[in-house]
Amino acid sequence: MQKRLNKEVLSKLTELGIEVYGQIERGEFPRIKLPIRSTSNIIFDEELKQLVLGPYKAERTASNIKQIRSLTQLLWVASFAKKLVEEGKSSTLRDLYYHSLNYGIRFREQLESDDTVTDLEALLMEPREAFNIFPKERSSIFGDLTIEYTTPETHKGMRANLSSNPDGVMIGLSVAQADFISCKADKVFVIEKNAVFRRFIEERVYERFNAILIDTAGQAPRLARLLLRRLNMELGLPVYLLTDADPWGMHIAMVIIRGSANAAHLRELTTPEAKWVGLWATDIKRFNLPSFPLTKLDEERIRLLEEDLRYRDFEWQSELQEFKKTKRRAELESFSAHGLSAIVDKYLPKKLKMVSEAG
Amino acid sequence: MSGEKFKAISAADFFYKNKEIAGFDNPVRATYTIIRELVENALDACEQYSILPDVRVKLIDEGNSIYRLRVEDNGIGVPYEQVPYAFAQILFGSKYTLRQSRGIFGLGGKMAVLYGQITAHSTVKVTSSQGGYEKYTYELNINIQENKPIIKRKEVMPNPSRWRGTIVQFSFEGDYVRAKPKVVEYFKQTSIILPYATILFIDPDGVIYRFDRITETMPKPAEEVKPHPHGIDLEMVQRMINSTRSSTLVDFLANNFHRVGVATALNFLKSIKFKPDMNPKSLTPKELLTLVNKMKEYDGFQPPDAQCLSSVGPELLRAGIMREFRPEFVAVTQRGAAAYGGHPFIVEAAIAYGGEIPITPPDELTVFRYANKIPLLYDLHSDVTMKVIKKINWKRYKLDPATMPLAFFVHICATKVPYKTVGKEYIADRPEVEYEIEWALKTCARQLRMHLAKKEKAAFVQRRLSVFEKYLPMISQFAAELAGSPNPPNHEKVLKRLQTHAKEIEQRSVVQVN
Repeated sequence: MQKRLNKEVLSKLTELGIEVYGQIERGEFPRIKLPIRSTSNIIFDEELKQLVLGPYKAERTASNIKQIRSLTQLLWVASFAKKLVEEGKSSTLRDLYYHSLNYGIRFREQLESDDTVTDLEALLMEPREAFNIFPKERSSIFGDLTIEYTTPETHKGMRANLSSNPDGVMIGLSVAQADFISCKADKVFVIEKNAVFRRFIEERVYERFNAILIDTAGQAPRLARLLLRRLNMELGLPVYLLTDADPWGMHIAMVIIRGSANAAHLRELTTPEAKWVGLWATDIKRFNLPSFPLTKLDEERIRLLEEDLRYRDFEWQSELQEFKKTKRRAELESFSAHGLSAIVDKYLPKKLKMVSEAG
Repeated sequence: MSGEKFKAISAADFFYKNKEIAGFDNPVRATYTIIRELVENALDACEQYSILPDVRVKLIDEGNSIYRLRVEDNGIGVPYEQVPYAFAQILFGSKYTLRQSRGIFGLGGKMAVLYGQITAHSTVKVTSSQGGYEKYTYELNINIQENKPIIKRKEVMPNPSRWRGTIVQFSFEGDYVRAKPKVVEYFKQTSIILPYATILFIDPDGVIYRFDRITETMPKPAEEVKPHPHGIDLEMVQRMINSTRSSTLVDFLANNFHRVGVATALNFLKSIKFKPDMNPKSLTPKELLTLVNKMKEYDGFQPPDAQCLSSVGPELLRAGIMREFRPEFVAVTQRGAAAYGGHPFIVEAAIAYGGEIPITPPDELTVFRYANKIPLLYDLHSDVTMKVIKKINWKRYKLDPATMPLAFFVHICATKVPYKTVGKEYIADRPEVEYEIEWALKTCARQLRMHLAKKEKAAFVQRRLSVFEKYLPMISQFAAELAGSPNPPNHEKVLKRLQTHAKEIEQRSVVQVN
């Protein structure tokens, strides 16, 4: 699968080069047509159940003095990516930024080079992982799942069980692209913060609920989302999402289910079947949880989410309305008020039942 | 008779007692004024006869604050028998005609001589010739009480080289050290407005300031013109009647006033119900007053004609500014003729940008004012030009006097310059004059804005070209790497396309500048 992907990416990059090469030879200003990535060109695809880019494209051309620099940067990132893929090496966004300094490609800051990488993704309709550029990893996985590495060459064919490390195993490219060999778990719990992830391991949640645990550490990175999708699609494991009861936690769940605007140009990163089991705004009252008033920023965020196409379903809207009504938020840790294991003993069984009944 | 005694005093006596009103209040100011007055007389002696001026000035320190001045010109020369009156009798030679000139009646020059006589007991030594076989030298004093020349010595010499011109020499009490900045500035500014004059000044320290003519083109000399009826006063008309030979009022008007012919005179007299054939000398004082007032009010006279004026003209003004400042751009304009109170005048203006022009703080703008080709060096902030500069919204022209190297030039030529004071240092803000200055400067500002816009565009194209030269090779290289080609594509065609475009724009702007 990796090999096939690489070949496709390589031919797309070569095509791009031939196109620009021809333009220059003909005495034309080099130019590239890029899909527009601004919100005006982002729509919700009903079939894919995720955000996708609309049909609009913009030309980035050397005849425009304001674009020639970013066109050069984009072509440099493309040629850098081609080298990575050809040589089977990988790089991080940070690494790429430093590399650029050697080429006289002045990126003002890493944000700009990151953005150029996203441009290349949109141009090729391929995730940056396909051309071996990765972000810094921070998500981890724990559970009774045995995998066989397919990359890098040094670890190809080696196997590992993901319950072997009590801290969890970092979800990097190798884990995300590994083949699944055997899996005893029958579900996946996704937790947005490390403290609760650790509590779940200590409380043997993986055993008691027969689950794989994933810590997203905030917004789920792309590789975590890719892995989740594979667990759901390839192994048929239901995915349950646990976040804080506030608009930010809610949105972590939403991005896993329906994708982010940032990656609207990419497919196959979402897990539409994943279920958000909590904390809901309504759980605060239901479980009598200690809570805090919403901040101004929280309230603004809620107003924004109300307008968001991804939130138009009744369940999501009613949760937003509940936030607006109670003006309270709560964190996953707040269950500790009912005892160390309350979240596992009382809350999880009850919520899983609620979700499965509703589903 | 009452106990009070009335005593007539001579004109020379009057000026002796009131020397400060003509700019002789202290040794510093006197040094500047004396040099200026004599240089102006020298220039007038050349220009009014279309002679390219060649003026040499030397100031020698004789010790004890006494300086000796020598001014030589190549002008028309003073006729032998008139020398004593031209240099040693105040108010000699007044006429009832008007003419644009630096000074009226040569008054300033005689004041200077008088000042030398009373501060340094100096005689004035005048050598002159009109280019004949003889030249002559006089040494003169003024009899102050009687206002008469005293000839101390006179000598006639052969003039084999047929030299023509005048040399004036005398001593006075002054202070060159402190007057120096103004004196040097005066020569510098004079040379700007007179690019066709060669002026040499050797100061007491032996420093030579030399301004060589850069053109032999001269503006046409000013012509004498009769007074316009709107610009007269009672005393003037009374004197004209006293000396006229006309026996009827209609003839008197038609013969003595600018823009008044027989038909106009008849119409005017009819409108004020005066008999055209009455003798002007028979007018009663009351009738004379009525006549003068009605003349000033009557709107049937044609406006004064500016043909008689001698403006510098845009080309010469530009040349003078170019020589002094080598600016990047000069916008020059000349307004059409206008008139105030019966006096025709023309405003010329220029705004220079860049080159050796300094950037100055907003309260020290580089402003050059001229009246009848005389630089005005004092009281800039009281001058109408300054008022106009402050009034104009420079931002509209994308100009900022505080941050850009700008110099402003305004020249007013008129048969009578509306000075605010006797000192002849700044122009009064008469609305007609103010209006002309404002529009002259605005016209220049518009030209300069266009120049700067074109320059900016040309710079933009150049910048654009350099950006391409930087990035195009990179794009070519990356495209080759992506395409898997060993050699980068030839991007010369794209660059050539750009260069042609850049040249076109540059050429277009250069053509407009010159």
